[in-house]
Amino acid sequence: MLTKRIIPCLDVDAGRVVKGVKFLEHRDAGDPVEMAAFYDSEGADELVFYDITASAQGRGIMLDVVSRTAEQLFIPLTVGGGLRTVEDMNRMLKAGADKISINTAAVQIPELIRQGAEAFGSQCIVLGMDAQRVAGSSTPRWEVRTHTGSGGGRPTGLDAVEWAMRAVELGAGEIVVNSMDADGTREGYDLELLRSISRAVSVPVVASGGAGNLEHMYQAVVQGEADAVLAASIFHFREYFIAQAKEYLAQRGVPVRLTTASYAK
Amino acid sequence: MDKDLVIVDYGAGNLRSVAKALERLGFPALVTQEPAQVLKARGVILPGVGSSGAAMAALQQRGLVEPLRQVVAKGTPFFGVCLGMQLLLDTSEEDPRPCLGIIPGQVKRLPPQFKVPHMGWNQVAVLHEHPLFQGVPAGSYFYFVHSYYARPADPSVLLGTTEYGVTFCSALARGNLVATQFHPEKSGLGGLRLYDNFVRLMVREGVRP
Repeated sequence: MLTKRIIPCLDVDAGRVVKGVKFLEHRDAGDPVEMAAFYDSEGADELVFYDITASAQGRGIMLDVVSRTAEQLFIPLTVGGGLRTVEDMNRMLKAGADKISINTAAVQIPELIRQGAEAFGSQCIVLGMDAQRVAGSSTPRWEVRTHTGSGGGRPTGLDAVEWAMRAVELGAGEIVVNSMDADGTREGYDLELLRSISRAVSVPVVASGGAGNLEHMYQAVVQGEADAVLAASIFHFREYFIAQAKEYLAQRGVPVRLTTASYAK
Repeated sequence: MDKDLVIVDYGAGNLRSVAKALERLGFPALVTQEPAQVLKARGVILPGVGSSGAAMAALQQRGLVEPLRQVVAKGTPFFGVCLGMQLLLDTSEEDPRPCLGIIPGQVKRLPPQFKVPHMGWNQVAVLHEHPLFQGVPAGSYFYFVHSYYARPADPSVLLGTTEYGVTFCSALARGNLVATQFHPEKSGLGGLRLYDNFVRLMVREGVRP
């Protein structure tokens, strides 16, 4: 049976992981390669590196980070942040990324999704989406926002569900749905948003934004009908181990990959 | 060290991941698009992600179609991965262009009742003992990303099956040829074990399945 995936996300700035990673006593807590290996050993199903570097030279460092990670990590790695052209994607894939996540660039140039899918296959192209609930709407609606790295971002006028459907038509193979209302609250994912998008598209949907405990992850995959959950701070701050999250989900009947201990020769 | 192990380069996206996995295991492989190198290899890996039509066109362009058929026919240990498995069949619903025709059968699209692509970790039920799965515990998970699956005409080539709307062939074997629909290079330690088994047992030690 296909399992629900748990995906830690690391924000990387000029080659260093940002946000709380002080718990790694014997490791270089800011090194994305070390962090990636650590999460892999804990049973992460995939990893995401999100490049929040502002400068161009910092961006070059990301290629090196991805390359070093791919040399020692044998689970899927998605890289996002600042990729604006097919050539940007190509460089990242050649460095060792398995999937490319695009967000603002896809809204600005939707054709980028099609070009990426044609060049590398849909399985490589992940649409990242930041959605905000539209206040005062009689039926629930969410608007896509871009440039969310700085403050609240910019409105686009795009309906989140419609944008998801269009992105899949263009060739996106997976959609990461980040609720701007829930992000950072630690009060749970926006389940209604997740379910609306999951039911509207044929490709896997990844829940992002709002996880504060394991119950929230359960809700995302059961009520939100998500195929995977992305989480950052809940793991970074060591409140929960990935293995613990998986045991919790397994006990409640959610199929997860429990890592097998040994492969003795 | 003599690189007797060859990864066929026809522009497939996951080629480097496969090469890195083998490097990690201490089996450096030659990444090549030269038919002559493929023909003289002691072990051949055919990787692949993307579409079957484009892949067949790329193989043809590089003059690799016949060499691939020949190495399988003469019994060189051969490992097809993901699209590299699907290409072994006769035809694919994905594209009207014929595939390699090494394993009789068709490539079908996954049924639409679940999300397509089938993406993530799923289990493989291994149907009989085989060196490829030596030391891999029953119920291990492997990483899949695909929208099509191989349906070999001869059920005796089935080595492993996986459930996703249909029970499909996720691993096949015939003589010294093996192939998996999942990506061993993205399947953690269990996946690396498969490459280790292939190279150590089938290529180096000449274990005959």
